[in-house]
Amino acid sequence: MIQNLHVRKKEENRFSLNRRQRKLVTSIVAAIVLLGVVVVGALLDEERIATNLIARNLAPSFDHLFGTDWLGRDMFARTIMGLSLSVKVGLIGAIGSTSIALILGMAAATMGRVADRLISWLIDLFLSVPHLVTLILIAFTLGGGFKGIVIGLVLTHWPSLARVIRAEVMQIRSAEYVQISKQLGKSKGWIAVHHILPHLTPQILIGFMLMFPHVILHESAVTFIGLGLSPHEPAIGIILSESMKYLSAGMWWLAFYPGLCLLMIVQTFDRIGENLRLLLDPSKSND
Amino acid sequence: MRKMLLGKLGIFLLLKGLRMLTLLIAICFISFLLVKNSPIDPIQAYIGADMLKVGPEQREKIAEYWGLDQPVMVQFLNWGSALLAGDLGTSMIFRRPVAEIIGERFVNSLILMVTAWVLSGVIGFVMGVVSAMKKDSWIDRLIKWYCYTLASTPTFWLGLLMLIVFAVWLGWFPIGLGVPAGVLAADVTIADRIEHLILPAITLSIIGVANVALHTRQKLIDVLASDYVLFARARGERGFILFWRHGLRNVALPAITLQFAAFGELFGGAVLAEQIFSYPGLGQATVEAGLRGDVPLLLGLVIFSTFFVFAGNLIADLIYYVVDPRTRESRMI
Repeated sequence: MIQNLHVRKKEENRFSLNRRQRKLVTSIVAAIVLLGVVVVGALLDEERIATNLIARNLAPSFDHLFGTDWLGRDMFARTIMGLSLSVKVGLIGAIGSTSIALILGMAAATMGRVADRLISWLIDLFLSVPHLVTLILIAFTLGGGFKGIVIGLVLTHWPSLARVIRAEVMQIRSAEYVQISKQLGKSKGWIAVHHILPHLTPQILIGFMLMFPHVILHESAVTFIGLGLSPHEPAIGIILSESMKYLSAGMWWLAFYPGLCLLMIVQTFDRIGENLRLLLDPSKSND
Repeated sequence: MRKMLLGKLGIFLLLKGLRMLTLLIAICFISFLLVKNSPIDPIQAYIGADMLKVGPEQREKIAEYWGLDQPVMVQFLNWGSALLAGDLGTSMIFRRPVAEIIGERFVNSLILMVTAWVLSGVIGFVMGVVSAMKKDSWIDRLIKWYCYTLASTPTFWLGLLMLIVFAVWLGWFPIGLGVPAGVLAADVTIADRIEHLILPAITLSIIGVANVALHTRQKLIDVLASDYVLFARARGERGFILFWRHGLRNVALPAITLQFAAFGELFGGAVLAEQIFSYPGLGQATVEAGLRGDVPLLLGLVIFSTFFVFAGNLIADLIYYVVDPRTRESRMI
């Protein structure tokens, strides 16, 4: 109504959106960017990072946006492929961890006191060793490689989300409509599926998106150390650990751009997660 | 009254200790089983490059010497009882007792971690306070942007950038190594040590700032929205005086406990920073042990890092329990 009074102003701001719409648009754009990176990374064939000894150690230019390494491989192509791999590993790790968190969080809140004690003890167990040390231990046990790193990531990232889910379920469990539903003779499973799970969906989605950055950073850290993905994979961690040998020769572009790209990917995930929180969580929507 | 408090404190500590003990035993057991199932053959790792010179009989002898031919549970009990006696075994790559190596490395790491811990705590706290006091100004936006960016920065990449800028381009600092190359251990001066400490410590501090700053900012904003601050403002208090009288004590405690509870992350960060700057600390030893299959050292480090995290958590809990006057008052009723 007020907008109709200022017709001219409305004309000027035809494309102005409110906060909610802005968040939604930035989230969608960010998601498209991420999807683009994954698709492009998957489509790039191995030829793009083939050894080309004529074009060795080139600084960034228009031909090679991120320069080339000591084997003449194009760093831009390697970086994009590495990011695509990171997102894939992150996806598997985050899905696995979220599932564990969901199952254990639900179990702790609904299966009685013994289960609750046991699960909170388990959470403490996983939180009492530094993440990176646990990852190193698990990677060592499984002999490194893709399997070792993914299992390590899945096993280390669930505790904090499990706590959130447990608290949430406890709250819903004592709500009146759940009590009434129980009085009406609905089974525990029915209540879990029809009353508790729908309430958890936003929490799980947000937790999942905010877990992503951690998973990706940990994956690249372990790979960087040398206990993660194998050196043949075009992973960001591998690129950066290889670059260390050439830093003193002044080849800064080997480390600078791949790391920057990783940072941007991680931040994009973070942004989407925060936006989702603002969009889905009613108590935060007025912030 | 005081006696009662001490008694309660004792029970609190006892319960905490018991819980930690169960966790510690479980961690010892699990990590032992994990390491036992590793495809890396400890004998192979021990022999290393001398593979051709060592025959099958000698391999068996080595296995017998280390008790590797016995069942897993017996091995665990042997290891566990040795552990209780303070014997962590002998490192395969350093050929020295694990306890000795951990002790030596821990001193190095401790210097690094304490420096980074104090720096990141103080700077983060000040940033959080400034940010909250000047909410929605350009400086608040700057600090927020900085913290969010830093939270998603890979630690090891930041370390590499520091190396590129300060060691390669400017040449202010040496590239790596905890002490200068080619100098006897006895001749290493304190200045040398400090010179090699600066870059890793700065890297860790820059990363560590974000958490404390954001947390402090949020807490202080909550405090500033309270009625007693409104009243203080009405009396004419402003700026630093207002913060000193009503803000500081309310936000300092959460910030300090947060710092103590972040020991685990600090350790993780130290692993990466030490690896990049080849700083001879615990983190580097962990990576070496993992890469080269040094089972006793790896187990010792897992247990030690657990102790480290426990210590941090315990201190954080204690601070909440003892220092915060509000929790004490509520208990006296």
